[in-house]
Amino acid sequence: MSPLRISHYTATSCLGAGLAATLAALENERSGLAACDFETVSLETQIGRVTGVDAVVLPPHLRAFDCRNNRLAQLGLDQDGFLAAVEASAGRWGRERIGVFIGTSTSGILETEIAYRARDSLGGDLPADFDYEHRQNSFSVSDYVRRRLELTGPAASLCTACSSSAKAFAVAQRLIDASLIDAAVVGGVDSLCLTTLYGFQALQLMARAACRPFDRGRDGLSIGEAAAFALIERAPPATRAADAETIFLLGAGESSDAHHMSAPHPEGAGARMAMQRALEVAGLTPADIDYINLHGTGTPSNDATEALAVGALFGADTPCSSTKAATGHTLGAAGALEAVICLLALRHGVLPAGLNLTELDPQCPINYLTRSRRASPVTALSNSFGFGGVNCALLFGRGVPA
Amino acid sequence: MTRLAAAIEGIGVLGPGLDSWRSTAAVLTGARAYEPARTILPAPSALPSAERRRAGRVIKLALAVAAEAVAQAARPARSLSSVFASSGGDGDNCHEICTALTDTERSISPTRFHNSVHNAAAGYWSIANGCTEGSVTLCAYDGSFAAGLLEALSQVAQSRGPVLLVAYDSDYPPPLQLHRRIPDAFGLSLLLAPVDSTRALATLRAGLSPQPPTRLAHPALEALRLEIPAARGLPLLERLAHGGAGVIALDYLDTVRLAVEIGA
Repeated sequence: MSPLRISHYTATSCLGAGLAATLAALENERSGLAACDFETVSLETQIGRVTGVDAVVLPPHLRAFDCRNNRLAQLGLDQDGFLAAVEASAGRWGRERIGVFIGTSTSGILETEIAYRARDSLGGDLPADFDYEHRQNSFSVSDYVRRRLELTGPAASLCTACSSSAKAFAVAQRLIDASLIDAAVVGGVDSLCLTTLYGFQALQLMARAACRPFDRGRDGLSIGEAAAFALIERAPPATRAADAETIFLLGAGESSDAHHMSAPHPEGAGARMAMQRALEVAGLTPADIDYINLHGTGTPSNDATEALAVGALFGADTPCSSTKAATGHTLGAAGALEAVICLLALRHGVLPAGLNLTELDPQCPINYLTRSRRASPVTALSNSFGFGGVNCALLFGRGVPA
Repeated sequence: MTRLAAAIEGIGVLGPGLDSWRSTAAVLTGARAYEPARTILPAPSALPSAERRRAGRVIKLALAVAAEAVAQAARPARSLSSVFASSGGDGDNCHEICTALTDTERSISPTRFHNSVHNAAAGYWSIANGCTEGSVTLCAYDGSFAAGLLEALSQVAQSRGPVLLVAYDSDYPPPLQLHRRIPDAFGLSLLLAPVDSTRALATLRAGLSPQPPTRLAHPALEALRLEIPAARGLPLLERLAHGGAGVIALDYLDTVRLAVEIGA
């Protein structure tokens, strides 16, 4: 693949709205997790909830899309001048030459969950204002974003569970490489809902206190929500040489575990293959990688198998961390959120800490960062693995690609 | 117009009154009368017994059409990367979870929860076939088939290897049925490969286009095309059933369609 320029990006999570708040939290080792107070949920756990989602008002002509997930999408789009950057890109390429690919796992299912409570009083039906297409359907968020940005190119929602929005980068990159489009708005938007909270509870994968990725005593994940976007564009060789600070998507690596629907491969074989392929596509070796943002959910099995895969490929020296103790596991948005965290690391020279670690699991012999650290990384790898055993690793680099 | 090219090496179809690509081709050419009947979903015999018990209707549908296309191409399933395209995923499972969440206990079964991911069918397919290649599952509402074909073609262009496309949708139970009126299950699978394939049934070249989608001449089949998102791929199958060259357009979004030129 040819390297693609990441010309703009933004992220909104429980760390705050926009890049400045996100960066400050990462530098100051602050977590956004707090006791679960979401909706009518009564679970002993912590969540990463975004402030201000309920107050977001969608534009009148897009009111049919009104649901928590699309409000979160809009809140994310409003940060860091992202709308203006997309407008400039539309001016460069044309609206029909820009794709929209957003990852989500649950879209607007929350509104369906709530609507089901009204069935008893409605003879079994759902409320009259129930809108499946614009809220529940997985395409809803991509459709909302393309209409909000008035982009007319190809669009789809990527729905590979917790690797959804990493896949969005890979899918957009293929279409740009094939010259069907010149740019794409990629990202992930996933919001809190009862299905995931009670679902992970049923799988006994949810931590009681805040999650502790890679800690010896870790007991599960904490669920979060996020909207993260990137504008990726074709990079003519002239642009590539022009700016040593430009950040590129250098490679994406994809694989499947073919093992189990909700448990990772015991040796991390699929995770390793995804990372290996990202390196191959970028023409880099493990020694070239300066930072790895781990999937690191905090479940005993994910972290153990991911550490095996990272150790087998990179040895024990490459700095790495999971930022999920800060953001929560934002599921379908995690790939894009953690991609943006890698972009912040490259741009601002900070390697973020993995929080809540008391003692590194001795079964995980990796160079796990327990304090945020100044550095000058040139390359960063981001791991995302999902239910169904679907893996995606993204590789980003700063400056003129090799 | 930039176009993406591929050979078609295998086709799988399952739908109301349609039990295979062979029978569907006969209906599409008019050699056989179309007799609508409830879609019959075979048991997913390729799955290990534990997974077989957990497989709902859309899993059976997706695995059946995928297996038919792969068998026709005589390629090992484990070597294929894949694209799964579905508007709604598993509607029965979604209904059961939403119902359980109205109880005071809010007790969801672990199996229901892991089956709730949109990529459940892709996960079962990879487990059944030991397939460790990359897999994408996507959704573009009624345009999901075209979005899936576009992604599959771009994968062929990138990897220069075979790619399995599986499009599938099934009906929701009430009350969601009233709000998403899909009447039955329909699945369509294509095994795509680089154009220099020696096993090509036909070749296709596809690109983005504003032209309106091609309709089907047969009223009942045209109704099927409009009612089930995966059936939006039927104009491509109609062209393939007749043989020879031709151009069709597949429905995608309000702003863009997928124009497909079929070569013999």
